[in-house]
Amino acid sequence: MSSRISPKEVAHVAMLARLSLTDEEAELYASQLSSVLDHASDIESLDIHDLEVTAHPLGLVNRTRSDSVVSGLSQAEALSQAPDEAQGMFSVPPVLGEPS
Amino acid sequence: MANAETDLKDLGVRGESDFLPDGWELVCGLEVHTELKTKTKLFCGCANVFGAQANTNVCPTCLGLPGSLPVLNERALEIAAMIGLALSAKVQASIFHRKNYFYPDMPKDFQISQYDIPLNADGYLILPSGKRIGIERAHVEEDTGKITHLGGASGRIHGAERALIDYNRSGVPLVEIVSRPDIASPEEAREYVSELRSTLVAIGASDGKMEEGSLRVDANVSVRPIGETPFRTRCEIKNLNSLRSLVRAITFEAHRQVAAYLAGEKVTQQTRHWDESAGRTVALRNKEEAEDYRYFPEPDLVPLRPSEEWIEGLRSQLGELPKERRARLVESLGLTDTNDQIETAISVELYPFARSALAAGLDPKITVARCANELASLAPLDESFEISWFVELLRMETNGEVSATQAKSILAEVAKNLISPKAAQERLGFSQLTDDQLTKTINEAILQNPKEWERFRTGEAQLQGFFVGKIMKATSGKADGKAVVRILLATAEQR
Ligand SMILES: [Zn+2]
Repeated sequence: MSSRISPKEVAHVAMLARLSLTDEEAELYASQLSSVLDHASDIESLDIHDLEVTAHPLGLVNRTRSDSVVSGLSQAEALSQAPDEAQGMFSVPPVLGEPS
Repeated sequence: MANAETDLKDLGVRGESDFLPDGWELVCGLEVHTELKTKTKLFCGCANVFGAQANTNVCPTCLGLPGSLPVLNERALEIAAMIGLALSAKVQASIFHRKNYFYPDMPKDFQISQYDIPLNADGYLILPSGKRIGIERAHVEEDTGKITHLGGASGRIHGAERALIDYNRSGVPLVEIVSRPDIASPEEAREYVSELRSTLVAIGASDGKMEEGSLRVDANVSVRPIGETPFRTRCEIKNLNSLRSLVRAITFEAHRQVAAYLAGEKVTQQTRHWDESAGRTVALRNKEEAEDYRYFPEPDLVPLRPSEEWIEGLRSQLGELPKERRARLVESLGLTDTNDQIETAISVELYPFARSALAAGLDPKITVARCANELASLAPLDESFEISWFVELLRMETNGEVSATQAKSILAEVAKNLISPKAAQERLGFSQLTDDQLTKTINEAILQNPKEWERFRTGEAQLQGFFVGKIMKATSGKADGKAVVRILLATAEQR
């Protein structure tokens, strides 16, 4: 079995996806993912330069809706599944750092 | 601007291109996010409004609830493409991607954005100074919710006890405009954002309010020795809430980096936060770890393939862009360069007035002056203030039906009571005095000031002002100065 992806890379991806893996699982997934990547590389080796890129399997394009307001949820409905709320807002533990 | 310059004095800089120590130059690119002026959000029918009560413009889609699906807002797409056209970009076939990250401002745990194939690519913006700033891309994406940190020391991020989230902004349509690293000074960055903002406002894409967050700017800043070709490590600066912050932050950051290199240190690629009160940037996180967004194509949205016909239809809706407005006024006034009056007169609110007055063949100098001074001071104008009223008033002034001073008072009256200039003229008692009435008043002034009259009659031209002043006083300013002079001169000839 080739190893296109190392257990260390698997652990990194798992961290990004907030999955906790044991070392054994990381080993196992590294090998399984490598075979997936092997398959992708087989496909990559085909000459497809005259084919159009498939951006979406449906074949539809330009599906839009008109810009008109539709009423949504009330504040109470929106917050009904919040773990905690304050001042009409979802209340969660603080997250360090800032997002993008 | 004046303030920013004063504050930067201790750094010995004025925001100009030679602001860095000898031999160093700035390399800066800007990412500008603009919220689009649509009625609804990008992928759902929730209202896109600022300042509503928290979590009242939300639905399963923008809350990221299971089973909800995004459907693209037609108008948002149109506006996004118009931004591309206004920036001379190529509007092209594109797709949406998911940008994955875990942060509570995005309840789906991903943001729908565009990645390798943006809607608009490869444009440019020409600044009033003539400098051309390349635009790499302008893509469509959804805004995030807004987080307020509660508790902890001074409500800052560190030490906060709770994070409160309002998802009203979640899913609001955004276009991110990414410039090429063509910006060479803090002043140029200010000029770029200012011109970009005017352009976005002119085409109706955005309200351009930096203070409300509808226009947000991040700056990518690096420095290099002049003559060096490759780029050095850059830092991304966030939290630039005003043009003043933008100029100050870029200036500070460029100096910080030069100082680091001069001290033999390295600059680390990272995201930095501008602290307005401290006047400095502080490190938030190192870039490499944070930016692993695992983009992949959004399976719930189909590709966009804009037709030529659709694009041309949007192009015809663009109207005159700020650079075209500026060029028109500069040319009408017979100038070679813009000035403060022109810059004011091309604003989104005032320009339709200037444009209509010029189209009616009125004097460009009076038109631009009345727009930039009197009309601007009356802004914001009521929606029912008719452009034709302004044109009519300028015509009255040009024809000498009213004096310049009267015209200004009439304009204020028109704006206040939303009545026509004729009606305002009547209300103010500015009905024009006839030549007979003026002659009578002039004769009275001559009788009362015989010595001055004799001097004027025998050639002391400077006494003209004396008599005009007397007539104006006697008529409570209702007389037309030009008519007074005409009659004064005629009377002097006769006697
Ligand atoms: Zn919604």
